[in-house]
Amino acid sequence: MRSDEPMGGFADDALVPADGEHGAEAFMPTRRTVLVSAGAAAAVTVAAGKGAGGAAWASAAGDTRVRTVGAGESVEVALSVNGQRRTVTVEPRVTLLDALRERLGLTGTKKGCDRGECGACTVLVGGERIKSCLTLAVMRQGAEVTTVEGLASGDELHPVQEAFIRHDAFQCGGCTPGQIMSAVACIDEGHTGSDAEIREWMSGNLCRCAAYQNIVAAVQDAADAGKKVRR
Amino acid sequence: MDFLRPTTLDEALAAKAERPGAVPIAGGTDVMVELNFDHRRPEALLDLTGVGELAEWSRSSGSDGEIRLGAGVPYTRVITELGGRLPGLAMASRTVGSPQIRNRGTVGGNLGSASPAGDTHPVLLVTGARVEVASVRGTRLIPATEFYTGVKRNALAPDELVTAVHLPEATGPQQFAKVGTRNAMVIAVCSFALALDPDRAAARAAIGSAAPTPRRAVAAERFLAEELPWGTPGPLRDSLKRRFGELVAEATEPIDDVRGTAAYRRHALAVLARRTLTWAWNDQQERSPSCA
Ligand SMILES: Cc1cc2nc3c(=O)[nH]c(=O)nc-3n(C[C@H](O)[C@H](O)[C@H](O)COP(=O)(O)OP(=O)(O)OC[C@H]3O[C@@H](n4cnc5c(N)ncnc54)[C@H](O)[C@@H]3O)c2cc1C
Ligand code: FES
Ligand code: FES
Repeated sequence: MRSDEPMGGFADDALVPADGEHGAEAFMPTRRTVLVSAGAAAAVTVAAGKGAGGAAWASAAGDTRVRTVGAGESVEVALSVNGQRRTVTVEPRVTLLDALRERLGLTGTKKGCDRGECGACTVLVGGERIKSCLTLAVMRQGAEVTTVEGLASGDELHPVQEAFIRHDAFQCGGCTPGQIMSAVACIDEGHTGSDAEIREWMSGNLCRCAAYQNIVAAVQDAADAGKKVRR
Repeated sequence: MDFLRPTTLDEALAAKAERPGAVPIAGGTDVMVELNFDHRRPEALLDLTGVGELAEWSRSSGSDGEIRLGAGVPYTRVITELGGRLPGLAMASRTVGSPQIRNRGTVGGNLGSASPAGDTHPVLLVTGARVEVASVRGTRLIPATEFYTGVKRNALAPDELVTAVHLPEATGPQQFAKVGTRNAMVIAVCSFALALDPDRAAARAAIGSAAPTPRRAVAAERFLAEELPWGTPGPLRDSLKRRFGELVAEATEPIDDVRGTAAYRRHALAVLARRTLTWAWNDQQERSPSCA
């Protein structure tokens, strides 16, 4: 990208949380930086959208210009991470994984390959498991993210974490946070009917230490425990 | 790298027209690998995940139902929402990557990448799918057979986006099979799709990862049209299945690479062709006991 290209300018504007509170619903950035690209146009201020939480890129009604973050510029991304509202200021090319680890200090989520193959970076976004190395933080504006740090409540481990310990489902532990997040989703999706089914639906998570046998047992156990609780 | 975040299709098309060099990103499962490893330094990224129109599918009201599948519908939804109507596409979708990849990866992205190994391509070829592409200049429908123009090349103009894929609802058995180095999360060494069309006493066959582009095995299709004993009950003759496999193998133009040799690909495709034909034919026999 050439820096001499005519771009829009930055506009800082204060957003007031929709209901004036910082409650869970009032999930809006209080300040943001938006670059509006309007061809060779000069700086344009984009009026803040009212409305749903997390709609940080809302434009004024009738404004069809596309919201743009310029090269080398940063944007504030508001996320709900493990139930807490967090804001990171990142360049567009920063992955969700790097934002979590390097900006928010949540290093439980691991980087194994940075190319979608190992699953160590698995987190839940909106309840769905995804690989956080394959998504940009800026694409997750307003998202609800759950990392391995968000599973336990206080000192009480999540049933899947307990099952991993009970079944010795790791050696070095490098893959474990990703395995656990994937297992939480796998159980939630109902893909635990048999060992074969678990293996198939946990196939996006590799373990260099080959603790697979015990991982499958732990997932099965946690799924069974979950069923008992639900009954 | 600029980052563009349209929220409507019109905005997205306007942005693509203004900046044809902007690289669209949907599920990101191909684009992000290139970015993370600096294989690609686009001047701009065009984030399509905010465009609601791309994330929907619908069924046409006509009697011969056609599904219009938005380019941004992830594989997980294709499997759970369209498995019955588009069985071949759902089968291929189930083999893509891992659950995490399927939660994000899209058919539009598969088409954008146009890798010869992309899993949906053989299915799009055998189902007679048409790719809907749009730009500020208008919308056009490109038959899948004309969409793949070379290794990782497609028929999109620089200002165009894939907006949807139009697929007729299945009228007969469909099959997809792929060979990989393990059971899950593999790029196909080779892949094969087959669709039987009992109403027209016809069949379509296509190969993946065994030529510069995904392609139909036309001679093999013609052979099936002439030889399949539609009115006759019972299993297919071995000689018919073998000949079909040979013709499929002859349609390939494979290379040796890290995933497999050309000779292996040819051999494996003949095997996949025989097997999928057996499954599809048996399925067909079960569906129509009256005419069997
Ligand atoms: C670990 C791993 C495993 C994988 N396994 C498989 C597999 O088994 N089978 C398989 O086929 N693929 C596989 N892939 C590749 C990838 O997941 C698929 O190609 C997927 O369909 C890409 O979709 P996406 O939405 O993520 O595309 P993106 O990465 O967002 O985009 C892919 C390409 O398409 C372009 N594009 C996206 N949307 C549009 C649009 N609407 N209009 C025009 N261009 C567009 C982008 O610019 C880019 O060039 C795998 C990838 C990974 C990382
Ligand atoms: S670090 Fe994301 S899958 Fe390996
Ligand atoms: S425990 Fe070491 S990689 Fe899985």
